Amino acid sequence: MLDILKSVSFNKEGFMTSPAQWTKEIAVELAKQESVELTDAHWNIVEFCRQNAATTGKSPTLRQITSGTGFSTKDLFALFPKGPAKKVAKIAGLGKPEGCV
Amino acid sequence: MKTILILGAGTGGTMVANKLVHRLDPNEWHIVIIDKDETHYYQPGFLFIPFGVYKPADVIKPKRNLLPSQVETIFAEIEMIEPDKNRVRLSNKQEISYDYLVVATGSHIHAEETPGMLDVAWQESIFDFYTIEGATKLGKLLETWNGGRMVLNIAEMPIKCPVAPLEFLFLADWYFQKRGIRNKVDLVLATPLPGAFTKPQASAMLGNILEKKGISIEPEFTIMEVDNAKQVIRSYDEREVGYDLLVTIPVNKGADVIGASGMGDELNFIPTKKHTLQTEKWENVFIIGDAGNVPSSKAGSVAHFMLDILVENLLSHIKGQEMKASFDGHANCFIESGFNKGILIDFNFEVEPLPGSFPLPGGGPFSLLQESFLNHVGKMGFKWIYWNILLKGLDIPFVESHMSMSGKRVLTKSTAQA
Repeated sequence: MLDILKSVSFNKEGFMTSPAQWTKEIAVELAKQESVELTDAHWNIVEFCRQNAATTGKSPTLRQITSGTGFSTKDLFALFPKGPAKKVAKIAGLGKPEGCV
Repeated sequence: MKTILILGAGTGGTMVANKLVHRLDPNEWHIVIIDKDETHYYQPGFLFIPFGVYKPADVIKPKRNLLPSQVETIFAEIEMIEPDKNRVRLSNKQEISYDYLVVATGSHIHAEETPGMLDVAWQESIFDFYTIEGATKLGKLLETWNGGRMVLNIAEMPIKCPVAPLEFLFLADWYFQKRGIRNKVDLVLATPLPGAFTKPQASAMLGNILEKKGISIEPEFTIMEVDNAKQVIRSYDEREVGYDLLVTIPVNKGADVIGASGMGDELNFIPTKKHTLQTEKWENVFIIGDAGNVPSSKAGSVAHFMLDILVENLLSHIKGQEMKASFDGHANCFIESGFNKGILIDFNFEVEPLPGSFPLPGGGPFSLLQESFLNHVGKMGFKWIYWNILLKGLDIPFVESHMSMSGKRVLTKSTAQA
């Protein structure tokens, strides 16, 4: 299944460089690499981040995700362990969130 | 007569005031600056206060002495900014209308954002060093501290001066050795980042220094609460880090008035066009320094590099011309690493900190991304440069607003991952 990632370009930190290349199938594979199995809750958050990024041009921060989706920070850490904002961005085919500067 | 109003007389606002008086016709333009506090703090100096290297008097000057006499200076609290009406209301009931607004209201710590932080042990066993009070009280405690587990925690990114937490730990290692109790002190960095710093190569290099100094790191630790009874900080994924002394970099936010005026994002930082430094929403409102959401480090050097860009673009906009100056995210940070050594990093939006020499290729005198005595001299000399060159809006010799690749060594393959 990893074949579908072959045609996708990533930067050296593992973020997709072109959000337009993203598909749900790619997301499933990227999630596997992060040891995350995507449930409906995960998909809700991925969808929110994709839409948010489409309007703002950048990955949402953790605070933007909590206020935009209604999931608590604690929920997000359970769904996407360690660094939820970064992990969702990776799975959603977006760039690294800009909070990390 | 037209008015340019500057909000905030910290590093950014003071530089803008000093630069604009030389660039605008005083018969045509009235420049006003507002701040609630009459004292200017050399904030990079706060780091040294807990270790007795600087005294509070070393980092303080009256703002009046730093602002040009041609600028009208008002000391009052800003109650509300009304950018749709080009007007600002002050707590003294004064109202000021403007043609252009420059927001320089900075970023500030909010310990109350973390449950438990302020409850019982604030400034007893939990301290910040981003305020003069916090740094001074921590210094008092450290003088007689007998050792134990000192945890430095970063609550959330972004923070002002992202290298300051590392410098604090490097200096703590030096300070406790000097006091002869290093063997009784555990030093721990608990950070939401995956490593020591935000950029891959610098993170690896700084991570090595932490390791060499025997400072342990708890990465990807996002604090949920302080448990005062158990004396632990707890992360959202239920990890616990115990402490005897907690030094916190609390959540950083833009000024409260930005939030109250409906101008900011979730953290009260104003959405800003990163290349022109104009706000996303109001074409006559510009941002300098930490107040905006520009994805560069929140630091005085960054505000300095923004200055020329902001002034050029503001003047172009006044003349109805295209704004051609473009900010590249340039940051330049001396990192004090203890024992009279320092590290220098120089980077921008696109280029991460690289090894090499600065500002002159080969000649330096500063070395990038490695420890040296001269970098320490640069760090300590920066205080003079700050008061005498930087705040006056003058250029620092050989250092351009735009980052230069000259002197930097580009590695073909990154050896590190953030």
